[in-house]
Amino acid sequence: MSGDHEHGHDHDEGSSLSEMELRVRALETVLVEKGYVDPAALDLIIESYETRIGPRNGARVVAKAWLEPDYMDFLRRDASAAIATLGYGGRQGETMVALENTDSVHNVVVCTLCSCYPWPVLGLPPAWYKSAAYRSRVVSDPRAVLADFGVTLPADKKIRVWDSTAEVRYLVIPQRPAGTEAWDLAALAALVTRDSMIGTGLVTVPGGAA
Amino acid sequence: MNGAHDLGGMEGFGPVVPEPVHIPFHSTWERRVLANTLACMAMGVWNIDAMRASREKLPPAEYLTSSYFEIWFKGLVSRLVAEGLVSRAEVESGISQGPGRPVPSVLTAERVLPALAAGAQYTREPDRPARFAAGAPVRTRQMNPSHHTRLPRYARGKAGVIEAVRGFFVFADANAQGIGPQPQWLYTVRFDGRELWGSESDPTLSVTIEAWESYLEPPI
Repeated sequence: MSGDHEHGHDHDEGSSLSEMELRVRALETVLVEKGYVDPAALDLIIESYETRIGPRNGARVVAKAWLEPDYMDFLRRDASAAIATLGYGGRQGETMVALENTDSVHNVVVCTLCSCYPWPVLGLPPAWYKSAAYRSRVVSDPRAVLADFGVTLPADKKIRVWDSTAEVRYLVIPQRPAGTEAWDLAALAALVTRDSMIGTGLVTVPGGAA
Repeated sequence: MNGAHDLGGMEGFGPVVPEPVHIPFHSTWERRVLANTLACMAMGVWNIDAMRASREKLPPAEYLTSSYFEIWFKGLVSRLVAEGLVSRAEVESGISQGPGRPVPSVLTAERVLPALAAGAQYTREPDRPARFAAGAPVRTRQMNPSHHTRLPRYARGKAGVIEAVRGFFVFADANAQGIGPQPQWLYTVRFDGRELWGSESDPTLSVTIEAWESYLEPPI
């Protein structure tokens, strides 16, 4: 996991990464030759998670929940079904639960054992979500982890950390920032960050009060 | 299995390094690892719990010094070799030394989008009532199984409360061992932070896990 950070966000320049490139290519060549995988299918999987399945999906769920109390109720009752009405669902989001942040409660999601994450609404997890630093510490000292993200919560706010140890996947519904009362769905969705839907960020209005 | 993957409560890994922009992959090979992993799982030779178990079997020092997609790659190779689908020599050389073994299914391009949209079915029809109801006090069992489990070490032998009854789900511990889905009731269990980490810990903290029924017993 340290590799996530030490290699930074460069592309395949370091020797270890070049070695990985060769090893993965060798494996894929064998799998294709043996007829186990279809190269066109591989490309489509990658394209899906690079272009179609990402955090903008979840942002639309959140914006709709902010605008429509009935939709928020639907999310509370059956988040999988509510999210499916926007066309999102499937792999790694089969059983969804929405976690509502309030003035008194802040929710944070983790998978301490691997990298479970709600793919249909947030896409593939960021590197930090899979890192040892996050997985080890957010369950025992979430305020210290939130500080790494520049987030400070009131001392008396309850923090609920949700460790995704089975096939239930969580989406945090962050608090709607003040000053957005007249905003439409597209404008609200544009405000919603991926981190706010994991619980490591808050939604703020750029240039405005938090 | 008490492997290096079970990280909750460990210390010393340093600060979390945020990355605000959504970047699913940081190199070409990471893209190919994801795609090959999903395509190989779609062959139907092993299930998601067995896949996780293969990653967790990496020696602890290697697990902790591998990036996440490296862990995925190593887990995939070890599973493919264990199932007799490829040999180590083939993986290392990139040269196939014979035709593939028959597999239940090969994911073709036209099936990719429907398969991603459909996902997998982890819930089953219950064949018995749930033992615990929301609000009930419970205790997690103290256990150290040598096989895959989803009860993290930090949450073993702890007192908590049933937050929600989630349904009747395939049991990961059994499924990973290839001994059938053996479905059970699944619960979300909430623990006070002080129960997990001691009286000095943050009094505003609570942590939940999902626990299958056999992880739980009535309070002492």
